Amino acid sequence: MTNKHTLEKRGIRWNEYFIRSGLGLCTLSSVVTTGVIIYILVKESLDFFTEVPLMDFLFGTQWVPLFEPSSYGVLPLLWGTLVITVGAAFIALPVGLASAVYISEYASPKVRTIVKPLLELLAGIPTVVYGYFALTFVTPLLRSVFPGFNVFNALSGAIVVGIMILPTVATLSDNALRAVPDTLRQGAYALGATSFEVTTQVVVPTGLSGIMASFLLAISRAVGETMAVTLAAGATPSLSLSMQESIQTITAYIVQVSLGDTPAGGIAYKTIFAVAGLLFVITLALNTLSQWILSRYQAEYD
Amino acid sequence: MNPQTTPEASDSENPISIPENSVLDLQKVSISYSGNPAVNGVSFPIAEHKITSIIGPSGCGKSTLLRSLNRMNDFVDGVTLDGQILYMGQDLYGNDIDPVALRRRIGMVFQKPNPFPKSIYKNVAWGPSINGYIGSMDELVEQSLVQAALWEEVKDRLHESALGLSGGQQQRLCIARALAMSPDILLMDEPCSALDPISTAHIEDLLFELKSNYTIVIVTHNMQQASRASDYTAFLELGNLIEFGTTRQIFTVPQQKRTEEYVTGRFG
Ligand SMILES: Nc1ncnc2c1ncn2[C@@H]1O[C@H](COP(=O)(O)OP(=O)(O)OP(=O)(O)O)[C@@H](O)[C@H]1O
Ligand SMILES: [Mg+2]
Repeated sequence: MTNKHTLEKRGIRWNEYFIRSGLGLCTLSSVVTTGVIIYILVKESLDFFTEVPLMDFLFGTQWVPLFEPSSYGVLPLLWGTLVITVGAAFIALPVGLASAVYISEYASPKVRTIVKPLLELLAGIPTVVYGYFALTFVTPLLRSVFPGFNVFNALSGAIVVGIMILPTVATLSDNALRAVPDTLRQGAYALGATSFEVTTQVVVPTGLSGIMASFLLAISRAVGETMAVTLAAGATPSLSLSMQESIQTITAYIVQVSLGDTPAGGIAYKTIFAVAGLLFVITLALNTLSQWILSRYQAEYD
Repeated sequence: MNPQTTPEASDSENPISIPENSVLDLQKVSISYSGNPAVNGVSFPIAEHKITSIIGPSGCGKSTLLRSLNRMNDFVDGVTLDGQILYMGQDLYGNDIDPVALRRRIGMVFQKPNPFPKSIYKNVAWGPSINGYIGSMDELVEQSLVQAALWEEVKDRLHESALGLSGGQQQRLCIARALAMSPDILLMDEPCSALDPISTAHIEDLLFELKSNYTIVIVTHNMQQASRASDYTAFLELGNLIEFGTTRQIFTVPQQKRTEEYVTGRFG
């Protein structure tokens, strides 16, 4: 037996102790922050719902919180959010997926090394820039083709949010396609398949859960988008079916009240907590769903 | 990519035992990756309805050569091929050859089982269906799985995912998938290297069965497998064909010292 390595404790290792508690504090601070936010949201919303019945809020069709006679039906705001999100998804999902397929399956390595960072750059542009782009470019273009369009209109907002979330769809879907093992492509080619058949019938179905997750993440970004829609689509709560008119989304409403001179503490002010709570529930559901899909997808490949 | 025409190719090193009916004829085939040679001027024939094995130490160019036979190398950037490969008299790399159509006639089984993440049934049916197979798909699937000696094990779970099969079963599924295309030639790159001895024995038995209908080219590291299962053997080293002949010849009376050393396990 050697006694070079004793098994006795050498006393507390102080540096490790400090590092560990330092790291722990950092984690704790973000957990606490999230907790505080949720607490405030819940508390103020509950306050709000003592004055406005939940059913009136969820199913009311008039959103007039700031003037008398006031009305607190959130449907117009939900509708605005839905119009923007669905419109943006119509643009971003097909175009984003097609770009991902092109980058992953067809582009030469040279093209890919140029295009991929460009897309990632696009995803990093501040959203207010997209709003500015909508006001100064998309809307004038729309109005020159269809003179009936309002200066603030839903279509412009949907287009610009669609452009904004497109890189998210493209880069995340590309990652999902690239994760498909090359041996599957080879196996398919060896059966006399064309590139198109390999891509559409083997690669895309295999990467489908990753693609769906990218769709959901992009959609949840569209739901939570604020600046670009406020600038493009304006601030008129409406259940209108026409995309020529101004609408208001949940986020745009929050901005409007936060920036305005609504006195804190009043019922009008508390509305923003109620709608923020609703928004939180929607995006949480979308994110959870996409995480769940992604985790299933990883399990398939282990 | 542009093959030079060398019609006078003849196997001067191997005066004996040239198979009569060859379906594939390699003539001074050289292959390189972005200028780095991997195969140098290899010539030998592949006999119809026989098993030809390609053996040699790791990195000698066996897979490269095998993949050139159904143009799977087309997917690798920078690959160039010189010389000629004749498939029933036609230049495999000629301008009039459609590689997609060619791969329907020359199938391939890979080293690692690579079933699609689809059902067992769809794995087998996919190739024929994209190639416009008319006839009973159920029958074709059953017949292919029977030929691959997998039917009994999977007949009650045809619509379950192929990823739930064991490695050996997956490899037999990949063989069934290739057979469903009724190819003329089946290329196999170390099909047993990821398998246990029992699965390996299954697949070797299978090779014997398949021989009457298919021409098989198999790359293997396993000397017993080559000597048991194949009719002809090509021995490669550093991209050069050292010797080609009947398997019996190569394993009992090799003409080259290197061959003898390799097959008796003294190097490589
Ligand atoms: N995709 C590729 N790009 C560049 N070089 C390659 C590529 N594939 C193979 N090579 C090179 O070509 C040579 C032959 O490789 P190959 O895979 O054909 O050998 P092998 O005989 O099949 O070996 P093993 O028995 O290990 O599978 C090696 O030197 C290898 O490094
Ligand atoms: Mg190999």
